[in-house]
Amino acid sequence: MNTESLWKDLLKEVDITLPVKQDKIRDNIVKSVYQTAEKIAAETVTLTTEKGIDRERKIDDVLTSRLWGFPIMFGLLLIVFWITIAGANYPSAFLAEKLFWIESRLTEIFIELNAPTWVHGFLVQGVYRVMSWVISVMLPPMAIFFPLFTLLEDAGYLPRVAFNLDRFFKKAGAHGKQALTMSMGFGCNAAGVIACRIIESPRERLIAVLTNVFVPCNGRFPTLIGLSAVFIGGSAALFVKSALATVAVACLVVFGVAVTLIVSRFLSSTLAKGVPSSFTLELPPFRKPQIGQVIVRSMLDRTLFVLTRAVIVAAPAGGIIWIMANISVGGTSALSFCAAWLDPFARHLGLDGFILMAFILGLPANEIVFPILIMGYLQGTALMELESLEALRHLLVDQHGWTWLTALCTMLFSLCHWPCGTTLLTIRREQHSWFWMFMAAVIPTAAGVVLCAIVTYFVRSLGLV
Amino acid sequence: MKHKEISLIAENDTIIALAGNPNTGKSTLFNMLTGLRQHTGNWPGKTVFQAKGSFIYKGKKYVLVDLPGTYSLLASSVEEKIARDFICFGRPDATVVVLDATCLERNLNLALQVMEISERIIVCINLIDEARRKHLDVDTGKLSETLGMPVVATAARNGEGLAELLKVISEVVAGNCRPKPKTVRYSPEIEKAVAKLKPKIKNLLGDQVNPRWIALRLLEGDTSIEPYIKKIMKNKVRKAKLREVLA
Repeated sequence: MNTESLWKDLLKEVDITLPVKQDKIRDNIVKSVYQTAEKIAAETVTLTTEKGIDRERKIDDVLTSRLWGFPIMFGLLLIVFWITIAGANYPSAFLAEKLFWIESRLTEIFIELNAPTWVHGFLVQGVYRVMSWVISVMLPPMAIFFPLFTLLEDAGYLPRVAFNLDRFFKKAGAHGKQALTMSMGFGCNAAGVIACRIIESPRERLIAVLTNVFVPCNGRFPTLIGLSAVFIGGSAALFVKSALATVAVACLVVFGVAVTLIVSRFLSSTLAKGVPSSFTLELPPFRKPQIGQVIVRSMLDRTLFVLTRAVIVAAPAGGIIWIMANISVGGTSALSFCAAWLDPFARHLGLDGFILMAFILGLPANEIVFPILIMGYLQGTALMELESLEALRHLLVDQHGWTWLTALCTMLFSLCHWPCGTTLLTIRREQHSWFWMFMAAVIPTAAGVVLCAIVTYFVRSLGLV
Repeated sequence: MKHKEISLIAENDTIIALAGNPNTGKSTLFNMLTGLRQHTGNWPGKTVFQAKGSFIYKGKKYVLVDLPGTYSLLASSVEEKIARDFICFGRPDATVVVLDATCLERNLNLALQVMEISERIIVCINLIDEARRKHLDVDTGKLSETLGMPVVATAARNGEGLAELLKVISEVVAGNCRPKPKTVRYSPEIEKAVAKLKPKIKNLLGDQVNPRWIALRLLEGDTSIEPYIKKIMKNKVRKAKLREVLA
């Protein structure tokens, strides 16, 4: 007797025994289970007060209402960014000061040891400086942003966001759960891509994976926040300035969400055709977040994780930049040579050769794009001390001719370009396909190029800069 | 992929599965018991793949498997299938069904379905602190009596009830506490059909699976269990042949 015939016999047996049709049996079974559960619950659970449950429902009605849902969402976004931007200023300056102090001590040690100039240049001016830049610029905003975001997540706000955004995603032919995976993308796009597993339909999962990069991850927030702080608000008072920068970053995020929806819509009518599947989203009860736990966990799991990654990638990148800045090709440094080669194309996008090169060299991790750019501008002398935003402003505007258009295009391109190496490899792993990994890089880049070019030509033709 | 997961666990490890509705704090409980840091968050569907960790209680090692959250075991989604297959065919030494104390009625559906598959079950009423805050009183004694299995109330977030839970788990695993699940009774015609099929299934598959549960699945036309049934049949046929050769 083989298993196949045993199985067939068993099925035949079942067929004979069937009292009614199979789907009727299934309904019957489900009904009995539900009735039993209802009965048991009624016997064992008692409500000792009349009020209480209602209040939560009322909160939900407001949070997910058509009128208030979006203003509240935008308001929370503003609060989170404002605390991040305003709060990060001081620790950032403090860290920069300490780290650069260590650098001078390191330089002294190297001189003491009679180390060759190139060793000092490569290790201290290249590797160490980039690392301290990354740490002092990234650590404070992350250490504030992540816990705040985790608190919202822990309290149960994310499903409400998904609920609010659901109808938009549906209209875009995508899955409502994409709102959740998109939210995870704010932390890290690679994590967002992995979270796409919660979307069952392969078509909608693909859309969510390909568009995840349109929300700025943590590696890109410092660039966006930094540029907003330098170019928006001008000479206004610090408070006004950080408030304006906050609004700018929040608008950029909203813009990213809009691009996500537009591209999803485009994909669902071209590469990933189909109808959106429906799903039930449960609105979990609000819970008081475990504040201590949240702070500790988000510091260790997220902040340190991202920072370590940034440092690991930034250190060799710093070395490579230093080498490129110090090798000469036909009279100019390799760095300038590459930048000059990229420059004509970059100009069409409102950028310059150095900016575009920084994005390209930043492929391993978005965190290092800005540090690379600064290094490129300061080549030879390597990275100078840029504790204050004023120094940064001086470098960009006075020495390299940045306008607000340059800043805007850099931010737009930061929002819409290829995902970082880690995210790309994650996409390759999750989709089991080199093709979709390739598309995941091509689609946002194409969007970014078109967007920047349109903005640049529009602004220039109006003579605004 | 799932088979690999199961086989990764060593043969003589004591396996405890954690099942429950989405967002009932399974991952929090998992973290508290294992000391691991599986990411938790207040939204359903966060545990997308099963996490494994271990803990030691009174000198004995337990492997804890955090199953994805599901509302039922009807195998109509990937998560439901993963959870069901693990409880049924992964043969854990005990299954802890985590229920949300604040919406017990909906959560009990899952508990009742798990009880049909396996006997070694511990019902864990989690988020009991939240239920108290909402002035909901859960009579765990009565619940335990009605279900015929141990019931422990916990608030995993602050560790309340965890010592009791560990004690009950160890008792169920050791066989000192034998749950006698009072399973759902269906309509007379279904029960009659089940009674008819049960001996045949038992004869075919032996003690490896619960014949009542298999009978119910076959009656409702759930064919997703086919590969597992065939596997068990194959093993039995092989063993029978071996006996023939030896005799």
